[in-house]
Amino acid sequence: MKVWLSQDAAARALGAEAVAAALTAEAARRGVALDLVRTGSHGMVWLEPLVEVQGPAGRLAFGPMTPADVPALFDAPAAHPRALGETLALPWMRRQTRLTFARCGMTDPLDLGAYEAAGGLAGLRRALAMPPAEVVQAVTESGLRGRGGAGFPTGIKWRTAAGASAPQKHIVCNADEGDSGTFADRMLIEGDPFCLIEGMAIAGHAVGATRGWVYLRSEYPDAIRTLARALGIARDMGLLGPRVLGHGPAFDIELRVGAGAYVCGEETSLLNSIEGRRPVVRAKPPLPAHEGLFGQPTVVNNVLTLASVPVILAEGPAFWRDFGIGRSRGTIPLQIAGNVRRGGLFEAAFGLTLGEIVDDIAGGTASGRPVKAVQVGGPLGAYFPRALFGTPFGYEEFAARGGLIGHAGIVLFDDSADMLALARFAMEFCALESCGKCTPCRIGAVRGVETLDRIARGDAAARPLLEELCETMKFGSLCALGGFTPYPVTSAMTHFPDDFARPREAAA
Amino acid sequence: MSPDDGTFDARLRGLLAEHAGRDGPLLPILQAVQAEWGHVPRAALPAIAAALNLSRAEVHGVLSFYHDFREAPAGRRVVKLCRAEACQAMGAEALGAQARARLGIGWGETTADGAITLDPVFCLGLCACGPAALVDGQPVGRLDAARLDAILAGAAP
Repeated sequence: MKVWLSQDAAARALGAEAVAAALTAEAARRGVALDLVRTGSHGMVWLEPLVEVQGPAGRLAFGPMTPADVPALFDAPAAHPRALGETLALPWMRRQTRLTFARCGMTDPLDLGAYEAAGGLAGLRRALAMPPAEVVQAVTESGLRGRGGAGFPTGIKWRTAAGASAPQKHIVCNADEGDSGTFADRMLIEGDPFCLIEGMAIAGHAVGATRGWVYLRSEYPDAIRTLARALGIARDMGLLGPRVLGHGPAFDIELRVGAGAYVCGEETSLLNSIEGRRPVVRAKPPLPAHEGLFGQPTVVNNVLTLASVPVILAEGPAFWRDFGIGRSRGTIPLQIAGNVRRGGLFEAAFGLTLGEIVDDIAGGTASGRPVKAVQVGGPLGAYFPRALFGTPFGYEEFAARGGLIGHAGIVLFDDSADMLALARFAMEFCALESCGKCTPCRIGAVRGVETLDRIARGDAAARPLLEELCETMKFGSLCALGGFTPYPVTSAMTHFPDDFARPREAAA
Repeated sequence: MSPDDGTFDARLRGLLAEHAGRDGPLLPILQAVQAEWGHVPRAALPAIAAALNLSRAEVHGVLSFYHDFREAPAGRRVVKLCRAEACQAMGAEALGAQARARLGIGWGETTADGAITLDPVFCLGLCACGPAALVDGQPVGRLDAARLDAILAGAAP
């Protein structure tokens, strides 16, 4: 009996290990030969732990499963109360365009043979047969933009690093996915790590870098374990090493684990962290592409950016560019989270409206209460009310409405949310995580908390002060931490004014 | 293991030797020290600084920046409760208050009997199944008051 079960951290958080143990025990009890493959997650977190059994046409899905549901799976799967039908025919799966996450949930993440059989390494093989400049050109033509949040065109970043002359260049993968509501980097690394490794090897060839680094946050112990093993396998099998795939240039990757600092997701802070310096933000210029890690030319890309490169090379830039809207090309792995009925990862071409994502795909809140606000783009992203649900998912489209898509995390809140408390939390978080280098962020965030407390006490005079403070932080901060913390604060004030109109407290 | 059990210097030297020749070794060294002793003993800093040709102030500047590093060993059980927005949307603030009240400690503190350390964490990437926690490194999703009480009482996560 062939069975698939996710070992993604979210599945494990919901009891996948107990289900795995029950499957093994039940098979032993019945004398059934069990072929249990642990995979990444398909992204349907509300159905985890999701068990799949080989059916006549495809895999049949069952979920959410508990150990008590396991015995019936061995009797009559079709009549099982948790039977959902064929996995790939489920509406959540059918409606996606899974390019970056094509294999996630399908294969054993550490089975390099299965990776290749499912289309892996085709992009790297194609790239190695091309001159580096043509690889850069292909990425440029695809329209791929940085998925970490800034949305900078990847091809231009690569061209800059490729044009820099230096004895040593680096590819640094930013896997410091600290934004609340985002988990795509984690899911990809846990579910399809070779895809990231392949993307980094392509980047190395394209810009002439022989050293790669993955900076992975310590809050992701499962991802650290999986990637460390994947890197070992990649070296053993010749995917990494002195000659990539036996005939390419040298390229190897070192895994670095973070130590719990949100600001290290900012690229220059991340570089300082790898170098062993206090990870304060660096002023730019110089750009990392000119003077990055150890002062050498460095491409810093997010996990999803690098993991999108293999399919672009394999299928050609036009294939990628033909998805999307405006200047947002290709697909984006949406991460739908918070108080949500159907939460998880949903990869689609840019252009779905926020309302389609929230109401239609996610099915509204888990509590069943009305959606009050949606925070898009992590802790530095704006809170959008229902009035803005017509906004199409794209970089410029969100910017035009005072928001940002960031790393494509979408967090739902029901009508019990206190927007003033959330605005205060944004400032509190900035104060806690500020690297301290620039004053607007270091001091401004502390003053922001105090000013919001004044507003909470009914001091209306504090409102214009907060608005002015937000302006100062926005335009005076060195990086996005201080510069974007005003987004959640001012959007909450603008769109949810009732939550900020507090009665004046009686004088003590 | 206490730092002054007679093997401290030798173990630290061995650990520094493992990282010799590495580019940017300070963070991995501090992580290895914490993995070895459960915290970063102050007594380790001069040797680390000397090995890397750094000042003790520079080492301290790095050490003190990160939330992960401890000055004293953690409790026998470490509960990291997520406090970030997606988990707040599912009631994480109430769970945090419950944990602090039950244990009688604040965020980042350890109970007097050394049983439990309660750490805040800002996102575990379990945002579609919050409130989330990491209990002795094991992920926990859809945490509720009853389960949290059981975890704080020592039950398996």
